[in-house]
Amino acid sequence: MPETAIELVDVNKWFDDFHVLKDINLTVNTGEKVVICGPSGSGKSTVVRCINRLEEHQKGVIRLNGVELTNDPRSISSIQGDVGMVFQQFNLFPHLTVLDNLTLGPMKARSLSRSDAEDRARHYLERVRIPDQVDKKPSQLSGGQQQRVAIARSLCMEPKVLLFDEPTSALDPEMISEVLDVMVELATEGMTMIVVTHEMGFARKVADKMIFMDEGEIVEQAAPEEFFGNPRTERCRKFLSQILQH
Amino acid sequence: MKKLYISLSCFLLLAGCGSSGTWGWYVINPMTKGGWTNVKFLISGMASTIQISVIAAAISIILGLLVALPGQSSKRGWRIVSRIYVEFIRSIPLLPMLFWVFYGLPLIFKSMGLNIPIDPFWGAIITLAVSDSAFTAEIYRSGIQSISKGQTEAAQTVGLSYAQTMRYVILPQAIRRILPPIANQFIYIVKMSAFASVIGMQELTRRANELVVTEYRPLEIYSLLIVEYLILVLIISAGVRWLERRMGSDERK
Repeated sequence: MPETAIELVDVNKWFDDFHVLKDINLTVNTGEKVVICGPSGSGKSTVVRCINRLEEHQKGVIRLNGVELTNDPRSISSIQGDVGMVFQQFNLFPHLTVLDNLTLGPMKARSLSRSDAEDRARHYLERVRIPDQVDKKPSQLSGGQQQRVAIARSLCMEPKVLLFDEPTSALDPEMISEVLDVMVELATEGMTMIVVTHEMGFARKVADKMIFMDEGEIVEQAAPEEFFGNPRTERCRKFLSQILQH
Repeated sequence: MKKLYISLSCFLLLAGCGSSGTWGWYVINPMTKGGWTNVKFLISGMASTIQISVIAAAISIILGLLVALPGQSSKRGWRIVSRIYVEFIRSIPLLPMLFWVFYGLPLIFKSMGLNIPIDPFWGAIITLAVSDSAFTAEIYRSGIQSISKGQTEAAQTVGLSYAQTMRYVILPQAIRRILPPIANQFIYIVKMSAFASVIGMQELTRRANELVVTEYRPLEIYSLLIVEYLILVLIISAGVRWLERRMGSDERK
């Protein structure tokens, strides 16, 4: 019996009158990789943002390693750091060097000493293949490098789960693969991952489970072979043909 | 345009020097013994004006932040408290507030059984600092809000608390955008410190008033007074430009 890392049961969310998430049910086991796709505005980012408490849900239950996430500030701060997040816009801290970007969380939230935090930072920078840029500011790096620094920043918190919110959507085409390569490597090392992306090549390679969302609902949920080979719903078939036609 | 200003001011200054009656620049002519004494008397208010302004600005910068931060809170109660403070304080004109603090506040202290005298020096500082803090708070607010929401979210996902996010992520970035309007407020404080003269504070304006009463040469004395403020403000502006250049180069590096 695999261990459940994340569990969403009948999760609902509204932005004022707009019903963004409708009865979302999703289970992610430890070590599993889940790819979420769907048209823009379908609520896929919102699902991910509810899991790390950047957004509140109004109905239903979200559990992380068996512990229910409430809107109590203590519950919020206890999970943040355990759930890493990689953003579409990188969101690196522009006033800090690459090294300081990586050590800030471990030093302030995990009370690591500076030297321990720096050792850890250098270790993860090597893993994302940018060991020799530690003293640069983020603005001096390319988009692909910035996103890999952002991934390393999340890894420095040694999270149990890593969430990706369209990590390659803001990148120039030639930089997408360097980021995806790092993500594939993480996936093969057994990291639990939820990835919102339209990179279907990546999805085929690493996903254990594919999820298609539309208008706030999970329309289809299947293993990748079945998902790509034989989509059951018309909406999903149409979406796939649109993004795969190139 | 520049030439016009220079010739106009030369005309104004020189117009009366040699001619009859209406002009009397001799009162502030540093070449004569009496004139020099007068000029020294006027300039001697400078120290008080600078002290009041600097202390008031320092308090206002801290107080403004303490008002602005609850205004960014996710708790509605805190936001309302901050809002009420800003709206209330910035609607009070400086002069009535000065009277209230100087003449009124000691009575409140007395009714509470406290014997805290308020001298003109601290009366002026409290008034200037509190009055200015409402504006400083608004400057902080706009500076903090100008930093993208993604920065706060990224800070949260690496486990930082609200206070840590402000301290290490938001404020260091906001400070560059906040500096120019804060400097503006400092200039405003220097000028408004002139009001302290009405509660007897011996600063630039008070000195000028006293000299006018004895010499009865308002035009000449107040002209010098204006020049004194002008010099103060020009020095501050130069200092701020220097600071901005330094911080700007830091960002490009």
